[in-house]
Amino acid sequence: MIDSALAGKTRILLAIVIVSNSIGNVVLSYGMRGVGDISSYSPASLVSSSIAAFANPWVLLGTSLLVLFFAAHTLLLTWADLSYVLLVTSCGYALVAALGAIVLDESISPLRWCGIALVSCGVALVASTPVSTSEERP
Amino acid sequence: MTAFLLTLVVGGGVVGDLLKAHGMRLQGAPATLGPEALARFGIATVRNAWFLLALVAYAISFFGFMALLSIRDVSFAVPATALGYALETLLARLFLHEQVSLRRWAGAALVVAGVALLA
Repeated sequence: MIDSALAGKTRILLAIVIVSNSIGNVVLSYGMRGVGDISSYSPASLVSSSIAAFANPWVLLGTSLLVLFFAAHTLLLTWADLSYVLLVTSCGYALVAALGAIVLDESISPLRWCGIALVSCGVALVASTPVSTSEERP
Repeated sequence: MTAFLLTLVVGGGVVGDLLKAHGMRLQGAPATLGPEALARFGIATVRNAWFLLALVAYAISFFGFMALLSIRDVSFAVPATALGYALETLLARLFLHEQVSLRRWAGAALVVAGVALLA
């Protein structure tokens, strides 16, 4: 069983994982579009493309957010079930789609709204289960 | 080729998560979330063999994804990503001995269906 201090940390870290992963991916793909296509996969041109990519502030911001995501995800798994973290953080999909509609005024098909609703219901169900169930926990 | 790359992408991600979760469970949580405890935790993590194996699996997944992108459109990989949620939940139950209750399975089924519609 998990104590209340750990439950609070779980909520904070889950929020960091969800937000930094979703926003990090959106910001990174926005930045990479500005960098342009990688024309060749030879080592020299991969190095020069990487340098060009990291000179772009959006790529830097996106990468930093994804590093934050990875660190928070790693920390969370020291006590939380993988099956809990994996499924609860899938609400990032719904978050990105909803943000696209609200912030970027993207049109969302009824089928995608169904997807957002299904993911949200699934996340709510999983979030109501215990954070940690395995006996391995020290 | 596409099926092989897709297996690398999804398999690498799932195996990476399982290895990392196992390694982090063994390592245990830091005593506090203060800067000193987090720094010690970070050093212990990069010396954790399970964590390092997980990085190898994530790297395989990442390069598989890059290769896949060069031959197919991303949207094609989405049903596999959705099924990855079901596979990873099942493997967490089998290998990490997590108790996946009926309620959690029901949530997983909704997430898989929702992600398949969304992405």
